[in-house]
Amino acid sequence: MASKEEILAGLAEIVNEETGVEQSDVQLDKSFTEDLDIDSISMMTIVVNAEEKFDVTIPDEEVKNLKTVGDAVDFIENAGK
Amino acid sequence: MTTLAQNPINQYSRILSYGASRGNTIVPNDDLVEKIDSSDEWIRQRTGIATRHRADENQSVTDLAVEAAKDALHNASLTGADIDAVICSTITHPFATPSLAVLVADAIDSRCPAYDISAACAGFCYGIAQADALVKAGTARNALVIGVEKLSDFIDDTERTISFLLGDGAGAAVVSTSDSPGISPTVWGSDGSRFDTVGMTHSMLEIRNRDFVAHPVQEGEKIWPTLRQDGPSVFRWAVWEMAKVAKQALETAGITADDLGALITHQANERIIDQMVKTLKLPETVAVARDIVDAGNTSAASVPLAAHRLLQENPELSGKFALQIGFGAGLAFAAQVVVLP
Repeated sequence: MASKEEILAGLAEIVNEETGVEQSDVQLDKSFTEDLDIDSISMMTIVVNAEEKFDVTIPDEEVKNLKTVGDAVDFIENAGK
Repeated sequence: MTTLAQNPINQYSRILSYGASRGNTIVPNDDLVEKIDSSDEWIRQRTGIATRHRADENQSVTDLAVEAAKDALHNASLTGADIDAVICSTITHPFATPSLAVLVADAIDSRCPAYDISAACAGFCYGIAQADALVKAGTARNALVIGVEKLSDFIDDTERTISFLLGDGAGAAVVSTSDSPGISPTVWGSDGSRFDTVGMTHSMLEIRNRDFVAHPVQEGEKIWPTLRQDGPSVFRWAVWEMAKVAKQALETAGITADDLGALITHQANERIIDQMVKTLKLPETVAVARDIVDAGNTSAASVPLAAHRLLQENPELSGKFALQIGFGAGLAFAAQVVVLP
């Protein structure tokens, strides 16, 4: 089971690989669209890669609720329990 | 005991030729951006599309289909008399019946069986699967498959999920008997539980009854079915689920990605193509069709249009294997490996 910190670090790697955003900029309070300028298609790529990395399922309808990096970290943490 | 006579079966089939017809007007992004409060850069970045071909009021969906059909016949050195079946895939023929295919058959001076299929962006590959089966069963020596759309008749210029992607055109292929394997078994399917993911805004009955619960119709308001999609959801399905289908099609054909000469996907969005190439780990030697950049998304027409262009620009691909895969509303999908003519 990954800790919140491990999930954040893993997510930052994925975001960096897909978008080029610096890993240090991927913080819990950052909005994917407003702060990190990630569009809906890149978001789906990040979600699929996160599913694989953390062995969780993130349904399409849930993706719309993942507004901030913190939302995604919380979802992955709870989905992995 | 008397038994029923059967057609002699044919062991193999192949695509003998492709044909093409494109909308007669080139529409750049700048012509569309005002109504969707967007920009050329935004469209290019999200879709890869720079222009799309659209048909004006003087070019009908039938005109597009007939021109592509005649082009395919010409390229195969055949006439309508040689064709035993015409299959049209379209969602934009404005009659539920009769079919568009009968008009195409008539235009090539044929009275052969002719019918339409509705599988949207998967439609051309569905048609190839059917033609392959007709030829192998001995029902047809030569079958004509056409993917054709005049999508510009079914868009809403102010809508931001799909309308700006769409173009008009037709692509055709002649499928014939062959001395060697030319079309692999098709991997195909559908998922009707996702009926609402991409498709028309309203049913014909809702329009007749002016009965839109979500969008009350104002007196005098024009109503017409137009296309909509849940873009991110379709993107996810189109890349990762379709990559599995593509792999299955290669396995079924008994080849690997290294054996491919070309990848010809439905031209929905260049980012789907890019991500699929990455997910499939295709070697750089594989030519990847990117007709979408200046043709837009032409639904059922996109695979044969892309194949036709790829062969025109790279004639050395003739005789090589191409994986063609269509996917879209339904959610319907079909993939097969073909030997390029």
